[in-house]
Amino acid sequence: MEIFRVHAPGPYTTIQDRGRFDYQHMGVPPSGALDPFAHTTANLLVGNEPDCATLEITFFGPHLEVLDTADIAVTGAEMEWRVNDQPAPQWTSLRVVQGDRIQFGQALRGCRAYLAVTGGFAVAPVMGSRSTLVSAGLGGIDGRAIQAGDLLPRGPGLLLARQRRMPWYPRYAAQIHLRAVPGPQDECFTGGLETFFSSVFTVSDKANRMGYRLQGPLVARKADAPQSIISEPSVPGNVQIPPDGQPIILMVEQTIGGYTKIATVVTADLFKIAQARPGDQIRFHSVTLDRAHALYREWLDHLQNVREALSVQ
Amino acid sequence: MSGGLYVEARFRTSGDRVLLVEYGDAIDLRINEKVRDITALLRKDVPAGVQLVLPAYRSLAVMYDPVVTTPVKLQALLRGLEERLDEADLPAPRTVEIPVCYGGEFGPDIQQVADHNGLDIQEVIAIHSAQPYHIYTIGFAPGFCYLGGLDRRLHTPRLATPRVSVAAGSVGIAEAQTGIYPLDSPGGWRLIGRTPLKLFDARRPAPFFYQTGDSLRFVAISSQDYRRIQEKDGI
Repeated sequence: MEIFRVHAPGPYTTIQDRGRFDYQHMGVPPSGALDPFAHTTANLLVGNEPDCATLEITFFGPHLEVLDTADIAVTGAEMEWRVNDQPAPQWTSLRVVQGDRIQFGQALRGCRAYLAVTGGFAVAPVMGSRSTLVSAGLGGIDGRAIQAGDLLPRGPGLLLARQRRMPWYPRYAAQIHLRAVPGPQDECFTGGLETFFSSVFTVSDKANRMGYRLQGPLVARKADAPQSIISEPSVPGNVQIPPDGQPIILMVEQTIGGYTKIATVVTADLFKIAQARPGDQIRFHSVTLDRAHALYREWLDHLQNVREALSVQ
Repeated sequence: MSGGLYVEARFRTSGDRVLLVEYGDAIDLRINEKVRDITALLRKDVPAGVQLVLPAYRSLAVMYDPVVTTPVKLQALLRGLEERLDEADLPAPRTVEIPVCYGGEFGPDIQQVADHNGLDIQEVIAIHSAQPYHIYTIGFAPGFCYLGGLDRRLHTPRLATPRVSVAAGSVGIAEAQTGIYPLDSPGGWRLIGRTPLKLFDARRPAPFFYQTGDSLRFVAISSQDYRRIQEKDGI
């Protein structure tokens, strides 16, 4: 059933679920919500399973007309938004009815907001996922960002018996601390490692779902280290150092690459990158693999706590 | 030839969920076959905690759940698999024919490739379509093949300024590599021809024509054949 008519799309608003994992060996990148925490929480707030598709809103939001009764929730970037011209709260469920007008403004903090709706956005799955990959025209609405005139469908789902609200939620700071495990090619950077883990880098305006290009002091490689390697599989969070010495954090629209990688951001901190804006400052902190695994377990516990907190409401 | 094959696999950490395994330090058929053997074994009998296996030229990425397994356990397991390569049972490699209309509007850079190498256009076509190319790995874009074995006589530098848009199916040369653009995209390869086949189509029951380990053979066709194939099953 159709739930929204798009009046204005915003600069880059796409349908995303958790991602497309089965065809990476064929060069199809995982895609999926760049901030999995905000995406998951939005779904839980309206009573969905975490893998339902949401709208990923980048920096500036759409104008939508509601076509039927549903619960919605907006999480992620702190964004001005209104329902029928009244300011509306984030990180909470809201009931909307036919004829309501939803208008998003600009992100005040963070970069990406997530809009979930009862039943999830029910576009046809492509290769096992509804996630939009614009570069290959896959998923979402005809493989593209939403545009004016689109009718967005939702899947079946029950309305909430009572409103749900997140008791706490992240604040996205302009100073971002990322914990990272050295490797896979940290041996190529002896002095560079010192620079990398002790400097402040600035997010450039070349920052998107493929990767975040940073600016800062030159991360030098050893004199005898290769500039590139035989291409190998990449994962979100890999920080590659191209020949110009300026780091690029790889995100979800990559599968393979031939630049050396100095370190890899831990899973629990990937959402912070999704919310980083051009001009924000990033510091990397070295952690051991054992510590990174402990952080991973804490991250899963954190998600489980959110799930329990919301399901008992 | 098995230059660069490691006696023992080498392991690298790629974050908290990925173990990278390297079997050699060269672009080499023996090493690539070992990567594919181990990948097949891991997929046939998926070890506890292994979520995804991604092969490349000479290495593979094992994505794991750190709650269920550890890199130390996985390393032991991967060493064990090296003793069982003959059980991998890889599918027999196929040679997939890719019809290509060389030159003209489809291959605007073929004259430059010829000039750079002191050849004429017919020689470029003859050399490029002479032998099959092994697919070492697929990545970068859906269906994009990293092919081995471009004849030395065709090596040509990339364009100084990449094109803003290259049509899907375009066949190009960049230094010692040749390949096909599966999608419309920007690109800096020298374009020598185009295939009417749609290499990747998510709407087909089989979205791809080939897999890693197969070979591609380019077959020169006329522009009339190009149109005919395009109408039948191409774009």
